[in-house]
Amino acid sequence: MSARLRARGVRVAYGASVVLDDVDLDVHGGELVALVGPNGAGKSTLLAVLAGDPRPDAGDVLLDGTDLRAQRLTDLARRRAVMTQEARVSFAFRAREVVAMGRHPWRGTPREAHDDEAVAAAMADADVVALSGRTFPTLSGGEKARVAFARALAQEGDVLLLDEPTAALDIRHQEAVLTRARQAARAGAAVVVVLHDLTLAAAYADRVVVLDQGRVRADGPPAAVLTAALLSDVYRHPVEVVTRPGTDELVVLPVRTATPHDAPVARPTVARPTAVHPAPVEVTTP
Amino acid sequence: MSVVESAPPQADTPLAAGGGRRTRQVALFVVLTLALVALALVAAGTGQLHVPPAEVLGSVLHRVGLDVGPLPAHQHGESALWSIRFPRVVMAMLVGAALATGGAVMQGVFGNPLAEPGIVGVSSGAAVGACLVMVTGWAFAGSWTVALVAFVGGLVATLLVYATAREGGRTEVVTLVLTGVAVNAVGGAAVAFLTFLADSQSRDQIVFWQLGSLNGTRWAYVAVVAPLVALGLVIALVLARRLDLLALGERPARHLGVDVERLRLTVVVAVAVLTAAAVAFCGVIGFVGLVVPHLVRMVVGPGHAVLVPASALGGATLLVGADLVARTAVPYADLPIGMLTALVGGPFFFWLIRRTRRAAGGWA
Repeated sequence: MSARLRARGVRVAYGASVVLDDVDLDVHGGELVALVGPNGAGKSTLLAVLAGDPRPDAGDVLLDGTDLRAQRLTDLARRRAVMTQEARVSFAFRAREVVAMGRHPWRGTPREAHDDEAVAAAMADADVVALSGRTFPTLSGGEKARVAFARALAQEGDVLLLDEPTAALDIRHQEAVLTRARQAARAGAAVVVVLHDLTLAAAYADRVVVLDQGRVRADGPPAAVLTAALLSDVYRHPVEVVTRPGTDELVVLPVRTATPHDAPVARPTVARPTAVHPAPVEVTTP
Repeated sequence: MSVVESAPPQADTPLAAGGGRRTRQVALFVVLTLALVALALVAAGTGQLHVPPAEVLGSVLHRVGLDVGPLPAHQHGESALWSIRFPRVVMAMLVGAALATGGAVMQGVFGNPLAEPGIVGVSSGAAVGACLVMVTGWAFAGSWTVALVAFVGGLVATLLVYATAREGGRTEVVTLVLTGVAVNAVGGAAVAFLTFLADSQSRDQIVFWQLGSLNGTRWAYVAVVAPLVALGLVIALVLARRLDLLALGERPARHLGVDVERLRLTVVVAVAVLTAAAVAFCGVIGFVGLVVPHLVRMVVGPGHAVLVPASALGGATLLVGADLVARTAVPYADLPIGMLTALVGGPFFFWLIRRTRRAAGGWA
């Protein structure tokens, strides 16, 4: 199967600082890909490049085999929806009006007739029906994020790019948003999600891509990629990966008491049948 | 500490919550239209030669071929209405609509409720153009010359502000106001220089024109201003939906299929057209573009599809009313309308700054 979204040799630099360097990424329909990595690794930039925002200094990004930047903005908007990290609205639009803005690409098409249902469904999925009549600036950070998520859903693109959709959310809504994103993938969409919570990435992603200093360090199924050794190295902090008892769910934990000189590491009292012990990793600068 | 479990509050009729705005939209348009018609009839009949509103209405109806209502009883009533009063009232409507619409779309594109052609310096740029024509006596485009050169001046000022005051698609209050100070200072200096160069006759003309006045409006001026205002209004209405999306920020608007760069440039041109139309013959009339869109937003919300036409209607109403006051407040004197709007608009601007500042959490 050919990839819906394909990045080849992408390089982005702002002046002397290289943010992305020679990045290859394929995203297929039906899969949810999590982009993870430390601050400044280039996750948001890669997502923006996949959305068609900054022109890469080198390399190509193709959507359905055609260069993103050669496609009409309206055609793009009908196929891919983007949720940016920061949700801001300049004037006091109501939550429902903001979600309905997601329907803009369909104006003047037969699908416009289905606007109200699409907006209602998106609002129900993002659990923002109760916020419908509130004006956007009065919402809390998490509520704003959910409204932004609903707007992306209302757009009904089958390529979904989400930049830290769960960062401001409580546990229930984190799970709900990622469940909905995975549901979109199961229905055939290509979904890319930037995540900081590695346990969430392990639970919901079909593939995890680890970025480090602008390069892809690892790309594969969660169990293969999310290893203590790799994560400890990438995050420059000892990390433990354990399996939740009785399941095959991975749980990623930072080691809290360890400093590079403390030899016996105090272990959490969680049973770890297949735990990978974080032998203090040499921090290597690539 | 004890944990009290309570059921989450239930939402009441969530999707119907937007319904109140629809009713208010209709009400606003009805009220504004009625107010505009009533004010126009009264304004046209008021002056040294008094014509009752019924006779004003009758005169208009007879002109359009409906033989209904009384004609002006005074022998000069008909000519006073049609050669002096009506052009002035129509001009007030056009200029009011232009200023308010210009303000509304400018706020949309700057993502800032304090953007307004007068504050930002667009009016001042247009004023430089108009003064230049008055001093040089240029007439290369006939009666359109003033409007044309004012448009060029306004466009240059808008592009200047646009290029300097925006950062990442938004304009901070301070940057916007300070840019306005700078542009207005340069514009003021240019006008002062032109006034200095002018002979005594055009000097008087510049001084009174600068105060902003609808005095001496003729149909020939209306014929120039009307098409420009129509053009600006049509552009603003066509772009209304896309301006809504711009409120999300530039990237999200692009993701929804909006060509942000083209939208912005089109709006900048539309603002310059509207401002030039307003300034060319009537001088600088400030704050209309600030006050009207703001009040409209308070009533019907920020959606531009309603905001733009409602602002146009509200601006027309406000300026017809303001001009009536300017003509009648002091007997046998025609006060400059720009002075009046500034008198009311200045304190309003002050209040708005304080409010925006609190909402934005500081000046940074």
